[in-house]
Amino acid sequence: MLWEVEIRPLGLDGERERVCDEFDLLTHSQRGADWVSSSSRGFLLEGEIDRAAAEQLMKDLLADLVVEEASVFEVGHTSGTYSFTVLLKPGVMDPVAESVLGAAADLGVPLKAVRTFRRYFGPENIPSADQNLLFRKVLANDAIEQVILGPLKPEHLALGKPYAFKKTIVPLRNLGDDELVKLSKEGQLALNLDEMKTVQAHFKEQDRDPTDVELETVAQTWSEHCSHKTLKGTIDYTEINGGQRKTIRYGNLLKETIFGATQELRKRFGADDWCVSVFADNAGVVTFDENFHACIKVETHNHPSAIEPYGGANTGLGGVIRDPLGTGLGAKPICNTDVFCFANPDFPPDDLPTGVIHPRRTMIGVVSGVRDYGNRMGIPTVNGAIVFDERYLANPLVFCGTLGIIPVDKVEKASKPGDYIVAVGGRTGRDGIHGATFSSLELTDESETVSGGAVQIGNAIAEKKVLDVILQARDLGLYSAITDCGAGGFSSAVGEMGADLGASVQLEKCPLKYAGLSYTEIWISESQERMVLAVPPKNWPELQALCAGEGVEAAIIGTFENTGRLKLSYQGEPVGDVAMHFLHDGRPTTAKVAEYEVKSATPATGGTAMPPADALLKILGSYSVCSKEWVIRQYDHEVQGGSVIKPLTGVMNDGPSDASVVMPVLGSMKGLAVACGLNPRYGDLDTYHMAATAIDEAVRNVVAVGGNPARTAILDNFCWGNVNDPAILGSLVRTSEACRDVALAFGTPFVSGKDSLNNQYTSANRKISIPGTLLVTAMAHVDDVRQCVTMDLKETGNELYLVGTTKDELGGSHYHLITGQTGGQVPTVDVSTAPKIFKAMHSAITGGLIRSCHDLSEGGFAVSIAEMAFAGKIGADITELTTAAPGIDDTARLFSESATRFVIEVKPANGAALKKMFDGLPLAKVGTTVKEPRLRIAGADGEWLVWAKLDSLKEAWQKPLRW
Amino acid sequence: MATPSVLILRAPGANCDMEAQFAFEQAGAVAKRIHINRLRENPALLHQYQILMIPGGFSFGDDVAAGKILANQLTAFLSDELRKFRDREKLILGVCNGFQAILKAGLLLPSDEEGPMVTLAHNTQGKFEDRWIHLATVPGNKSPFLKGINQMYLPIAHGEGNFVCRKEWILKGLEQAGQVVLRYASPGGGAPNGFPDNPNGSQGDIAGVCDASGRVMGLMPHPERHILPTQHPRWTREGLKKEGDGLQLFRNAVEFFAE
Repeated sequence: MLWEVEIRPLGLDGERERVCDEFDLLTHSQRGADWVSSSSRGFLLEGEIDRAAAEQLMKDLLADLVVEEASVFEVGHTSGTYSFTVLLKPGVMDPVAESVLGAAADLGVPLKAVRTFRRYFGPENIPSADQNLLFRKVLANDAIEQVILGPLKPEHLALGKPYAFKKTIVPLRNLGDDELVKLSKEGQLALNLDEMKTVQAHFKEQDRDPTDVELETVAQTWSEHCSHKTLKGTIDYTEINGGQRKTIRYGNLLKETIFGATQELRKRFGADDWCVSVFADNAGVVTFDENFHACIKVETHNHPSAIEPYGGANTGLGGVIRDPLGTGLGAKPICNTDVFCFANPDFPPDDLPTGVIHPRRTMIGVVSGVRDYGNRMGIPTVNGAIVFDERYLANPLVFCGTLGIIPVDKVEKASKPGDYIVAVGGRTGRDGIHGATFSSLELTDESETVSGGAVQIGNAIAEKKVLDVILQARDLGLYSAITDCGAGGFSSAVGEMGADLGASVQLEKCPLKYAGLSYTEIWISESQERMVLAVPPKNWPELQALCAGEGVEAAIIGTFENTGRLKLSYQGEPVGDVAMHFLHDGRPTTAKVAEYEVKSATPATGGTAMPPADALLKILGSYSVCSKEWVIRQYDHEVQGGSVIKPLTGVMNDGPSDASVVMPVLGSMKGLAVACGLNPRYGDLDTYHMAATAIDEAVRNVVAVGGNPARTAILDNFCWGNVNDPAILGSLVRTSEACRDVALAFGTPFVSGKDSLNNQYTSANRKISIPGTLLVTAMAHVDDVRQCVTMDLKETGNELYLVGTTKDELGGSHYHLITGQTGGQVPTVDVSTAPKIFKAMHSAITGGLIRSCHDLSEGGFAVSIAEMAFAGKIGADITELTTAAPGIDDTARLFSESATRFVIEVKPANGAALKKMFDGLPLAKVGTTVKEPRLRIAGADGEWLVWAKLDSLKEAWQKPLRW
Repeated sequence: MATPSVLILRAPGANCDMEAQFAFEQAGAVAKRIHINRLRENPALLHQYQILMIPGGFSFGDDVAAGKILANQLTAFLSDELRKFRDREKLILGVCNGFQAILKAGLLLPSDEEGPMVTLAHNTQGKFEDRWIHLATVPGNKSPFLKGINQMYLPIAHGEGNFVCRKEWILKGLEQAGQVVLRYASPGGGAPNGFPDNPNGSQGDIAGVCDASGRVMGLMPHPERHILPTQHPRWTREGLKKEGDGLQLFRNAVEFFAE
């Protein structure tokens, strides 16, 4: 039987309110309420159960009858009111349905299949334009969901049908160039002609054609995503500077810039080298204390988030959490970070390009996705940023990071010959397979194609269970190596773990979500929540028992062996046999051309100047600067109990912290500070300085709360447009050069990084490329968390100092953004002074001289002092800014975004000691803290440029995203 | 004084178990984290312990409703042992998701013929929130966990913490029986002034309740997240206190067995 359990809220119908608001927002109308009159949620239950059993299950499990009413129907009932039912497409992960299946079994109710649905009631005759928008943009997301009009059809829910083995050979030896290109394109292999020819030559040598799974394995291993071939390939880079052309050939850009800087720093550190494993494993590892090392990784999940924001962000975070877990023999995740780039949430809906999701919906979906995965994993999300710029409209960026700690003796790993290859965690389905299409719109899918191809939904609890058993198995020493299954699935995970060895895999042994997957699909599926372990046979029974004891599936899918070959079979039939050497070293290097024209600063033009007081309010209320409390509070940022400096701080717990500090080992006073820096707007003027200031911002943020600049590690995440365009690639090369130069000057090693290229949207009449975006994440040691400081002003009668030099650097600033100006001098970093300032700041903070400290970034001095004042509910009189920042005009004094600057609050008695610490460094008193709840800033002529109530400043800052 | 043993129940998706263990250890107990499957295999294992704690998290993903599937397992597999445990003068504490689970399992207030009398529904403001809130204990309350505590400042982090009674008389009955033990309060400790003082819309501003014996208590706020003075959101302003407000609750549980 197939039963339908329908559940409606008693009282407030929150879901109806949500969808009506969403519809009204997208249409600038009030019609939402006309089209949706109420909502319900429900379950489809399939099994040999009668109505009474279904009703019992409804009461005992499915409905909360204190606040809901519920009924059981036979599928296909008509309730009198017309309805539209939203169902996940077949094959899309439905974690709730899986849980219901298990819980029903606990209650002794034999169900065969379950699906969840949402239902909306409304008129049958909605005008087609409204209906289209309502169904496709508000009620459901096409990529993963379908809307069924009227009653559901009574068909069964089972997925897939048995797979009949058929080995596929791809005849390739006799193909010409055009045919090779066509094969690559049609098979979505993403290999260029040169690479296809290399594959062809290899198989000609073998005197045979490859099987489909061999070709796919090569394509996965050689993909941009897995091999970073652009940044590791040859680049002929020409820099044009004032008519002079200078060409450099990079054999391997990453190695020669970012990674190169780290290697040089490690030499310089000598015996004091605190890097442990960098650019080698799934996350970068550095020292922490005598028992643990710390590790960090930041990933992007941009393309999936553009198609399905919730699922994309959800699996993005799920994926990066598996990186520390798959580092060494497994690190325990201690906190997450998230940084997003969107177009403005008030973007006019009518101007949306075809197929693009409205940025407000993208933002809500992404935040919900991060929230639901991070919170369920029990990992606090403690740091982030959101940058708004119209060029992210079609390509939103979603960066997710995870920090972890790992016992010092668990960093080394190596698969050994004879070790079992063990898949642990989620089952394998068609998720994330190239070319899988969402073809079925039927409730019952009888075709072989099960959707869920491009987009996935995570199942955080599945991953939490994996995390729990892995950390126990690690401490019991049950396995010799581990890695995560990410892009490329088993192909990439087993290929990497067996790279120096060899492996043989029996693909029919992989546990599947449903029948019907071909051997190739099993091999390359990117299903979530899976880890691969190398397990010595003697340990297998114990590992198996441990996993079974916590309801985690573990299966032996093959063996690592000393053959140097990757051998695949399906039900005894060999389907693949490739040399590891060819996979990992056989790829021809790419050669690309890059060019960058360095433009000297031009005077700012366009726009209209604005009175300082108005400009301050406007910048505080700009989307990138304004309060992100709506986002932050949805994340559990305190689970695990290690929270020391929270993302929100101040007298009302709502001011913007520069960085977060966590205490990974409860009760130990040693902490880690984490922060980020990015400003793509500077890149419009010069990507070198964009990179330099991003590093500066990330480092000064951790320093601002008490992080040790001499123990600060950084990470790079490049998100760029189409790198086949020499100018776009040129801007990336220049960014990499800046990363190298500044990392060396600051003594802050890059320990890991990731790139996401080709973020470009093209349609018939529109092309949007994202601005080259570099995110820098910093992680710093805090030797004693009790010395940390926050950014909120603390007491009246204290002195306020400006640290650092303010220059006329309004290029790319928020002041220019809100006044509509372009050009100007972009902020630059004085790399010889900056490290000295960081060092002095750190001494002053650990010496207890600083009561509050805030970095200066978007909006410059004016925004920083305003944030400090309203966060602390303490006023400030700024009377000496002119002498503190001489030689420039008042606008630049207030709003210039010059790097390496802080505002600090110091008790008068500590002023002398502070000045001594900053001997020879830029430090100037600018004013005092006062009792009156206002901010006053005097200009060069002694008149007040700004005289504002703290409440009005705070209101301007809180209002835009107070959703 | 005898050192009580605490069983911290792990379920798939529980995630506040480590800090709960830390809290009990700071309070002087011996605490072990045990997976629910071990207890299902051997329910008598429970009786080796004096305190059962069900920590926060997202047991079974909070799929269907928060704590619901864990509640079902407690009812289906452990109800006899749990009743015996309670009747042997032992303590049960449910925090956040643990509160949701023991409430929905009927351990705090059994269902009547019409079904469950109370629930923890979705927050009225419609979303998950992490924020610090003020709490006042209800004078004359029955809970040994709250002995000598008047006020606490603790974080909440939940999406389904809205305490709802099926009927008004149920709320009155709970209050009269001394089972309402903890209410959301204003910063001064007085009655809360709507949101965010009462962060989820709970009836009667109820943040925690106990059963008729007083020895089973559930609360939405997280006492285990305010053990160390550095966990306070404003310690950089107000200075480091001797200890966090939550520690006394755990200490009370330990001292209960010294009497």
